[in-house]
Amino acid sequence: MSGLPATARQLGLLNCHDCHLLVEAPADGHDHLECPRCGAPLHERKPNSLARTWALVLAASILYIPANVLPMTITSALGTTQADTIMSGVIYFIHSGSWEIAAVIFIASVFVPLLKLLILVILLLSVQLRWRWRPKDRTMLYRLTEMVGRWSMLDIYVVTILVALVKLGAVASIEAGPAAVFFAAVVVITMIAAESFDPRLIWDALEEDS
Amino acid sequence: MPVVACHDCDLLNRLPDEAAATLLCARCGAVLQKHKPDSIERSLALTLAALILFIVANSFPFLAMKSGGFVQETKLLTGIVELWRQELYGLASLVLITCVLVPLLQMSCLLYILAPLKYDRPVPHAIRAFRLLRHIAPWGMLEIFMLGILVALVKLGKMATIVPGISVFAFGLLVLVMAAAVTVLDPPLLWARLDRRP
Ligand SMILES: [Zn+2]
Ligand SMILES: [Zn+2]
Repeated sequence: MSGLPATARQLGLLNCHDCHLLVEAPADGHDHLECPRCGAPLHERKPNSLARTWALVLAASILYIPANVLPMTITSALGTTQADTIMSGVIYFIHSGSWEIAAVIFIASVFVPLLKLLILVILLLSVQLRWRWRPKDRTMLYRLTEMVGRWSMLDIYVVTILVALVKLGAVASIEAGPAAVFFAAVVVITMIAAESFDPRLIWDALEEDS
Repeated sequence: MPVVACHDCDLLNRLPDEAAATLLCARCGAVLQKHKPDSIERSLALTLAALILFIVANSFPFLAMKSGGFVQETKLLTGIVELWRQELYGLASLVLITCVLVPLLQMSCLLYILAPLKYDRPVPHAIRAFRLLRHIAPWGMLEIFMLGILVALVKLGKMATIVPGISVFAFGLLVLVMAAAVTVLDPPLLWARLDRRP
């Protein structure tokens, strides 16, 4: 309806990533070009988007394993110590009847990071193999990963609150386990990965072929 | 002819004539422009409220746990200090950044941008502050911390009595007010107002 049959790139325009000002690209390349309104560096597409996103997705996938296998918390109570992984925490909540909390932790800590990595891999492959399949849905998938990724920080915060509250001398104490560090790294790296991916690449294949 | 390019698919879209209209990208459906009435005044008021709530949330006891004869009282920062003491420096910094520093910086940036705009007094580096605000936004995670509090309460509720302090309620309000302050913001309007080009 209000869409014009052209993209900014086809008309030689650069869309400022920060303030969305349209700037005419100079004929002699546009390295080190700055937005005249806000000063942000201008690029036709995010630089090295595919390579950077692949590297970050790979790193996060590797770190996802120790994050799930190693203990997230170490609880000492009355002389006994117990190490809990993310999954054993979920199982604890199921057994104690709080299945809503079990579901929340499972979704935020196990399901969302995995889903996010999977979606990013699919998007990366789809751009590299120049799929023309459902670009609008793939853009929606991208927005989904951007939106939900941060919620995986939930378990990190739970651990923070637990270690603050539970340090009752000899009776009981909770310490953060090594998985907490790996898990935090997974969340941060996948957030940066989603940020480095340029969804406009999904649409570029359509124009270049036609 | 006023035109914007879609940030998600690069398609050029014509801006509607009526300022009040919401503009969706014709090709991918991204929200390109959405007019918010009185956005500067509203966002400024909400930011001031958020700042007060933030100070309250950080000054009073957060949660207290009673178990046997022990009472353990904590403030918002206790968990971060405790992680640091356990030599988990990266983790402590991450929580400090996402739950204290970024929200504080967000509020400061909003105040710095909005207050002078309301009184039409240009200040240096307002554009830089707005760019910073947009870049740090995903890293402010107050609402996720709030959910973390609820989960921790359920987890500990079985083994001890937990007494929520004033801070928890201030924090809950802060989450809502902060989200509202960002939601009522009208970025295209702000960029146009901040534009200092001749
Ligand atoms: Zn700009
Ligand atoms: Zn679009």
